[in-house]
Amino acid sequence: MEDHLFTKRIAIVGVAAAAALALGLTGCSASATATDDGSGTDAATATNLDAFGGLSGLEDAAKAEGALNVIALPRDWANYGAVLDAFAEKYPEITINEATPDASSAEEIQAAENLAGQDTAPDVFDVGAAVALANTDQFAPYQVATWADIPDALKEQSGLWVGDYGGYMAIGYDPDAVPEPTSLDDLLGADFKGKVAINGDPTQAGAAFAAVGMAAVQNGGSVDDFQAGIDFFSDLNKAGNFVKIDPTPATIASGETPVVFDWDYLNVGYGNDLDGQRNWKVTILPGDGYAGYYNQAVNKDAPHPAAARLWQEFLYSDDAQNLWLAGGARPVRADAMADAGTIDEKLFAALPEVDGDTVVPDADQSAAAATLLGEKWAAAVQ
Amino acid sequence: MTDTITSPVVPASAGRRVRFPTSMLGLVPFAAYVLLFLGLPTVIALVTGFLDGDGAFTLSNLAALGNPVVLNTFGNSLWLSALTAVIGALLGAVFCYALIGANPTGALRSVVDAASGVLAQFGGVMLAFAFVATIGIQGMITVFLRDSLGIDIFANGVWLYDTPGLILPYIYFQVPLMIITFSPALESLKPQWAEANAMLGGSTLSYWRHVGVPVLLPSFFGCLLLLFANAFSSFATAAALTSQGSEIVPLQIRGALTSETVLGQENLAGSLALGMIVVMIVVMSIYSVLMRRAARWQR
Repeated sequence: MEDHLFTKRIAIVGVAAAAALALGLTGCSASATATDDGSGTDAATATNLDAFGGLSGLEDAAKAEGALNVIALPRDWANYGAVLDAFAEKYPEITINEATPDASSAEEIQAAENLAGQDTAPDVFDVGAAVALANTDQFAPYQVATWADIPDALKEQSGLWVGDYGGYMAIGYDPDAVPEPTSLDDLLGADFKGKVAINGDPTQAGAAFAAVGMAAVQNGGSVDDFQAGIDFFSDLNKAGNFVKIDPTPATIASGETPVVFDWDYLNVGYGNDLDGQRNWKVTILPGDGYAGYYNQAVNKDAPHPAAARLWQEFLYSDDAQNLWLAGGARPVRADAMADAGTIDEKLFAALPEVDGDTVVPDADQSAAAATLLGEKWAAAVQ
Repeated sequence: MTDTITSPVVPASAGRRVRFPTSMLGLVPFAAYVLLFLGLPTVIALVTGFLDGDGAFTLSNLAALGNPVVLNTFGNSLWLSALTAVIGALLGAVFCYALIGANPTGALRSVVDAASGVLAQFGGVMLAFAFVATIGIQGMITVFLRDSLGIDIFANGVWLYDTPGLILPYIYFQVPLMIITFSPALESLKPQWAEANAMLGGSTLSYWRHVGVPVLLPSFFGCLLLLFANAFSSFATAAALTSQGSEIVPLQIRGALTSETVLGQENLAGSLALGMIVVMIVVMSIYSVLMRRAARWQR
């Protein structure tokens, strides 16, 4: 596993210029491996734009394919709806086929394996870190034109997977139902009886896993040991405050889940969805922040290899990166775009502040935490 | 020896071969359907339980069945199914008994039969939603009790989304299923038996003690087992209602297949399915034995 890619404490903002330069060079050398037979380009083996002779070459190849299969992209997740619409508007010649928006990262890989060789197989993946690291043999390496802008720790060196948008584990709450939580301990109080939810089961869903990780970090534990986080949710359950519902805009609107642990961009999205129906505020607890990124990858068996690569180029363009920002997520190129002045300053400034260090578990820490959760979680919250 | 055995067998099997197309042909579509959609998936599920991630033979998935978390889940599934089956069977039987006096072809029976048929199938997301809307955290009844009578049914935590919360929805579809399956048994009690009991000077009590209960008992336990199997294999209601802890086996199978945090346990799902199939085979075998006994009185 590429555990060296994640450092225990990475600054989400801040790019190592030297690393970026080195990666820029690998990007150039990688292009030599792409085959170009004169009549066209073998898109399935192209590792960057050079193989197509530039963006217009890739656009032509993708338009010739005429379709793009995406999977597990919920339209209310990190502004994906707007991203899909923007792509469709820019490339009307390419039909986007959206399959099972609510599938999990693991199901994306299963779909690719089950549908391998068929026209309906997914072209691209949007996966959590654990699934990305475990399935690199399903991905084709591709480095987008803006590759150098992406922090070293958030991408696989050859471009098998690349971090795209991320955020901090945050707490969304309804200010009309509960006071603003300022620490984990607040949530154990009587004000929060039967009111606190997390987005899924931590042994299944990445966002819920991160909620336990955040609780671990803030409850005297660390990303090396999630036990403190499990203990917190066990206490929350004993206090009668933990409510075992998958939060959605519907459960928030009905008042069933007035407090939700979730990625800040998802919590912000809930607020936007419910604008006018219910007040919804998002807070990041003081202390160390727990961050996570979702990753893009190209299916090595993509039925539309050029369209898949064009989708990647689009996602890492200024336009799409600003669309993540509009959805409350932190685009991976945020720093470089801020330097270049192409970022939406107003949206960038509106992101919640984190006052402590930022932690991201590496692959080994994630695996150890997953094993621990598998053993302890079910009993802890029963 | 071999010669003497094979010579009579060959013509017999040849004879069967000739008869087969005429009498069994009609069964082919159904047999093919069962094989494709029941047999094949079952075999695939069982086989994956013995393979590791690379497709090599392993017993480690099977060993994982002894894991305390898995055992606890099987325990949850078993007691939840047993409890709701017993409650459903008793309530359903009482209801059937109350209907004995009703005209078998009358309006009341038609309505009850139709309603039972519909309600026994009213499961899954619809049923979960019905419970969330009525006794959920913001459900109609919950809010009424809390605001008007000062009773907070969730004072000790929100149990509806936990294993205990599955009991009420399960009973909701168990009772109608019991009515559907048990009322034919009650109808098999012939009026002549009651008359014979009365002619011989027996009381109502002695009729039920010596005739009614012994005749009905195999049917009752058979129906009880059917209810158990029905609850044990339920998935959608629980999936829609609870999202934490994979409290019953079908939810754990889903977790093993779709988890994006605990990876590489897809084949554990096969072992879990094997465990479920073993339980179901035991239950359904006893069911068929009991039903054969019950059938003696229904001719």
